[in-house]
Amino acid sequence: MGIEIDLEQCTGCGNCVPVCPFGLLEVVDDKVQLKEGCTLCGACQEACPVDAILIEAAPAVEAASDEHRGVWVFAEQRHGQLKGVAYELLAKGRELANTLQTDLSAVCFGHDVAEISQLVAHGADKVYLVDSPELADNLEDLYTRQFIELIQEHKPEIVIAGATSLGRAFIPRVAAVLKTGLTADCTGLDIDTENRLLRQTRPTFGGNIMATIICQAKRPQMATVRPRVFKKNTPEAGRKGQIIKLDFDRERITSKTRLLDFVRDLTETVKIEEADIIVSGGRGLGKAENFKLLEELASAMGAAVGASRAAVDEGWIPYSHQVGQTGKTVCPKLYIACGISGAVQHLAGMQTSDVIVAINDNPDAPIFEAATYGIVGDLFKVVPMLTEKLKNG
Amino acid sequence: MNVIVCLKQVPGTTDVKVDPQTNTLIRQGIENVINPFDTYALEEGVRLKERHGEGKVTAISMGPPQAEAALREAISLGADEAVLLSDKAFAGADTWATAYTLAQAVNKIGQHDIIICGRQTIDGDTGQVGPELAEMLGIPFVAYVSRIEELADGQMRVQRMVEEGHEVIESPLPAVITVVKEINVPRLPSLRGIARSKSAAVAVWTAPEMGVDESRVGLAGSFTKVIKVFFPQRVSQSEIFQGELASQVDCLVGRLKDADLT
Repeated sequence: MGIEIDLEQCTGCGNCVPVCPFGLLEVVDDKVQLKEGCTLCGACQEACPVDAILIEAAPAVEAASDEHRGVWVFAEQRHGQLKGVAYELLAKGRELANTLQTDLSAVCFGHDVAEISQLVAHGADKVYLVDSPELADNLEDLYTRQFIELIQEHKPEIVIAGATSLGRAFIPRVAAVLKTGLTADCTGLDIDTENRLLRQTRPTFGGNIMATIICQAKRPQMATVRPRVFKKNTPEAGRKGQIIKLDFDRERITSKTRLLDFVRDLTETVKIEEADIIVSGGRGLGKAENFKLLEELASAMGAAVGASRAAVDEGWIPYSHQVGQTGKTVCPKLYIACGISGAVQHLAGMQTSDVIVAINDNPDAPIFEAATYGIVGDLFKVVPMLTEKLKNG
Repeated sequence: MNVIVCLKQVPGTTDVKVDPQTNTLIRQGIENVINPFDTYALEEGVRLKERHGEGKVTAISMGPPQAEAALREAISLGADEAVLLSDKAFAGADTWATAYTLAQAVNKIGQHDIIICGRQTIDGDTGQVGPELAEMLGIPFVAYVSRIEELADGQMRVQRMVEEGHEVIESPLPAVITVVKEINVPRLPSLRGIARSKSAAVAVWTAPEMGVDESRVGLAGSFTKVIKVFFPQRVSQSEIFQGELASQVDCLVGRLKDADLT
């Protein structure tokens, strides 16, 4: 197992050197040398014109079992309301299920969840609903056990869930127990039809590199997807589907952890993950009070207020507003970046927005390259003008 | 209070830029650092020990030999002991194989009250190793912890961040938590710490020494496989308005109205 460079073949051309995501290759005396730390990602192998880089594959993997069929979407709810990401995943799940010519199922845990039939309208053929007062709060211990049992019983071939704070915390536990592969934060999912493999594409390294990942030998193939990455379908009223209500076995499934309290963040009037328009501020705002300007613009547009890490680190606005690699990923119809330079870490969180507007006084700020429209100018002049203009219709 | 902190050495990304000509990462001057989120995990571990006045903080990391530098830095920041899990067999591990390897190390270390990890790394970005580790050890897990309110007598009460605010969770110990940066402000290394980091021993455990099942570590133990790596195409099609600011704003509003975005 590992990587070998055939020095006989190597011409020292150096094609492989810049493609290594980890900078581990260098040409010494006309031959390539590899430093420690290789993750066997294979980027160099593709770049080598003379096939001198050999990566020994893992020992022949057992073929995935054929008994697993169907695509499952975890339909997350909070306080009885289904989250938008559930519908987004159903849209993608429908596409995958159609390609595989199999069923799409939604799985929902909760209590008195509103509008369950919407899951069918959005594409589910079946809905597995476990309804119990115990499941009203998103208790991860219970969710983990319950989901493992359902998957073991019904054997889906693909399971996708939202990369929300809940999904990112409990889905890895499910995968750990099922001993199967899990890919985080996918932005692209499609099927290799020849062998029914789910190709999972995700950004890594702050969005600088994209990696496509498969899980060959284990089932289900599992992935999480950030909210707002895929688009919802228009619901189809009268679409036929089966809602299967399952009992929750409170004797058998228990929780070690206990939820004592939930405290809502009151500064966030419009949730940025769900917003159609986001007005976001960065270091250029200079101080906390200046976020008022953005709030005025946001309220004129019915928008949510976001922020770059710089603004959050300065303490101008709470972390729940942070957009970017270590904050939230958003994909609104319109993202207005004010005084944000556009570091890759920020771009990673918003670059898939439909329309991006950049307002910055530095014409060389990288945000202008990501922008659909740009105004080079003082945000303290531009933003109030924009607010005024939009208010007066 | 015995704390285990899991950390990873990653390339520091503050200066990462993409060369527009070759569309590749410019890596000059990028040094390896402790994954920034793991520094909060370490700080919280050291604070817990200090608050309880006894016990030790053990930092563990899986990685190539040069990851020893990250562990020495951890010692300078207050870790009492450090263990590097390093073996060619560990290379190419996905999150499952990484969590399995860490779980074996935790079992070998023995007695512990809490295991602390950062919320995610800045290179892989998955955030999966912490929860997978907890499950493999069969102990409770709480993600995105922003405050440890109380930790005593085999119980902890913590605050953890969720999209809409925060939750207060109670859990028995030992447990695994992942922490967010709101939890603390990591200290700088002390002079004594720096001195100790130079002389302290960093244990290196290989696969045979850990007695791991070699089919479960590294690339062999990974269920996921990277089949393609590529650089996202960033084609700039920006329209930068010109002229008086007022007319630029007019242009923008016009474009937004046309697209039905106002």
